[in-house]
Amino acid sequence: MIAELGLVALWLAAALAGLQFLGGWLGARSDNAELAALVRPAAVLQAGLCAFSFACLVYLFVVTDLSVALVANNSHSMKPMIFKIAGAWSNHEGSMLLWVSVMAVAGGLIALVERRLPESTMLATLAAQAFVGLGFYAFMLISSNPFARLLQPPADGNGLNPLLQDVAAAYHPTTLYVGYVGLSVAFSFAVGALLTRQVTPEFARVMRPWVLGAWIFLTVGITAGSYWAYYELGWGGWWFWDPVENASLMPWLAATALLHSASVLAARDALRAWTIMLGVVAFSMSMIGTFLVRSGILTSVHAFAVDPERGSFILILLALYIGGALVVFAMRASTVSEGERFSPMSREGALVVNNVALSAILAIVLLGTLYPLLTEAFGVRVSVGPPYFNPVSAIFFLPMLLVMAVGPLLNWRKDQFARVRLPVIVISVAGIGVLLGAWLLSDMGLLPLLGLALSIAVGVGSFLPMRGRSLRRLPLPVWGMCIAHFGIAVGVFGMAADSAFQQERLVAVAVGGETSVGPWRARLNAVEPIAGPNWTAMQADMEVSHDGGAWRTANPQQRNFWQPPQETSEVALITRWNGQLYVAVGTETEDGRWQLRLWWKPFVTWIWYGGLLIALGGALALVGRVSVDLRRRSAARQIAARKAEVTA
Amino acid sequence: MTKTQGIKAKHQRLVLLVVALVALIGAGLLAAWALRSQASYFYLPSEIVAAAPTPGQAVRLGGMVESGSIKPQTDGVTIEFMVVDGAGRIPVRFTGILPALFVEGQGVVADGHMLADGVFVAENVLAKHDENYMPRDLASIDRDELRRQLETSLE
Repeated sequence: MIAELGLVALWLAAALAGLQFLGGWLGARSDNAELAALVRPAAVLQAGLCAFSFACLVYLFVVTDLSVALVANNSHSMKPMIFKIAGAWSNHEGSMLLWVSVMAVAGGLIALVERRLPESTMLATLAAQAFVGLGFYAFMLISSNPFARLLQPPADGNGLNPLLQDVAAAYHPTTLYVGYVGLSVAFSFAVGALLTRQVTPEFARVMRPWVLGAWIFLTVGITAGSYWAYYELGWGGWWFWDPVENASLMPWLAATALLHSASVLAARDALRAWTIMLGVVAFSMSMIGTFLVRSGILTSVHAFAVDPERGSFILILLALYIGGALVVFAMRASTVSEGERFSPMSREGALVVNNVALSAILAIVLLGTLYPLLTEAFGVRVSVGPPYFNPVSAIFFLPMLLVMAVGPLLNWRKDQFARVRLPVIVISVAGIGVLLGAWLLSDMGLLPLLGLALSIAVGVGSFLPMRGRSLRRLPLPVWGMCIAHFGIAVGVFGMAADSAFQQERLVAVAVGGETSVGPWRARLNAVEPIAGPNWTAMQADMEVSHDGGAWRTANPQQRNFWQPPQETSEVALITRWNGQLYVAVGTETEDGRWQLRLWWKPFVTWIWYGGLLIALGGALALVGRVSVDLRRRSAARQIAARKAEVTA
Repeated sequence: MTKTQGIKAKHQRLVLLVVALVALIGAGLLAAWALRSQASYFYLPSEIVAAAPTPGQAVRLGGMVESGSIKPQTDGVTIEFMVVDGAGRIPVRFTGILPALFVEGQGVVADGHMLADGVFVAENVLAKHDENYMPRDLASIDRDELRRQLETSLE
């Protein structure tokens, strides 16, 4: 019954998306007021129905209704509750339902609250949002119905991939999806503004908080995903340049560029066409990412569908939306008039460097991700990894950091070097000092060395825009910018320190034996079998001590899940403020010793602290922008009320 | 007065366009060049026998772990084994913790490089996990080609 309700709600939502598209399209073209009046309610209702449908699916997983094919294939009655819930979106159909739900809710929210733009632009925007949504509704209802029933329910479900049985499975996909699909709003606003020829600073101001919201979720999602891979895979790495990681990084790069170019458009009415282009590119990257990850073209823990029909369906949607948007862009770009002028030595100039560098990195990541797929079409199998991505992207990333340290200090439009001479000297001294010190005192590689020096320079530079201003009066978006830039510095510092200073020990230790890595000593007291709700494990009982300090316990495990059967490595992490000890246990050797792999990773946690700071900066900026808008609205209401009083 | 104030808005747009294009084309060319030199090619044992990659060059080796060939070394963390595909046989050395499903007679993919003496040094070993999740390189090879090749070679 619940499954049928969910399906009906989904069909109704799809029909409303159709109405929203037609109403918006005709309304924007021909001032058909009656149709136009339907668009916003349709969008809101569609959002409600879609969310309801998604709630139905979650309920089916919670009660483990095995007559539903999706539940039977992906869940198991013995699974802990949190993974039952997360199981609802840890599969192809459920994740697509989450995708359309986020998209519908985003559309509904715009329809509900956004009233600053000309109504025709809003209609075109909502029509574009519905048009994209329709394709994904069709995809679900035709080829991946999440509510399909089984004629004969099995005795119990197939279970969930053990790699996905982790608390992170609850929030990593959801945050990433909100970010991914939230960017559809940028896409729709860009198409709407192009179609109605309203590429104005106001458009950028309206679009910016939505992009900011999606970008915050994307940042948190990528950070969480990186940490998850770090402790779940047991390989000691935090970024593998795996295609699925790249698939989340690419929309982030585009959205980051978009945020910066939108701020130029909002403040200075320049970079109009470029901002539109980035809006289209950002969501295109989300869709390319979805295609790469979910189509089965890459086999990974993220690929649920190995069905070629589904892959081609997503590919067709992709071609339709990206191609369509690019055609609209090509036809209308010439009607977007030139923006305001600025000197290269200005805030705009620095932001152009940011945008060009981010776009170049995006191109590099995209090419590196697609290259193995291209060569495979010609029968040549290759894999592309860190030896390509690290140095090639650094060529653009490191200069960008340099500009990032100084750019926020510059004035809009035109600036003189003399005005920023003092801060530039401070930043340079900090950076060059660290560079020389690290170069003389250690034998770091070139990239970590430059990364370390630039992270210090950016870290110092990130708070200089606050200099000489009252911190209490400083607008929240400026706080946000400073903290986000500081987050980049913290993250880059963590990356550089980890790759330069990490120490590794791989050794077979007898029970009662000892080993060491860096400043740590580790004792292996015992290895014993233990059992969890749906797994058994060999658990190493270890004690570790940092630099002769107190002994702390560490319990790495080799886990055996039985439904489905699979082994995973659960590492033990001992966190200090300045790094992490990472311990994995392997198998028993023939002479009864146990394989242990220990890493001392200085400042590795700063990578994720940096990610969180970046998201926090975004959140502050978002609160700042929204509260300004709210204040303006209430002021407008008061003025209107006063006017009404006067006329009465 | 700076120079730019003399530049018309249209010209500025052109300059920005050129800057963006130059950077993107530059990034593209750089990527193309780096991909050709840095991509790690996939080899079957027989392909290495036929034409070995330059020692030290990053490659990816895929095949079956030969039954009875796994030899743990005395340090407890290094093992040596043979990877075969019917027509070729390559000795592999790996120091590290093996994936749990690394077993004799099963498919394996190893990232690493060749030594001059013909030994493949693996830095990372991926084994087939289960039917739903396995390294992409194994997905097709395991099922058709390799299994068949292996069976014919055993007959």
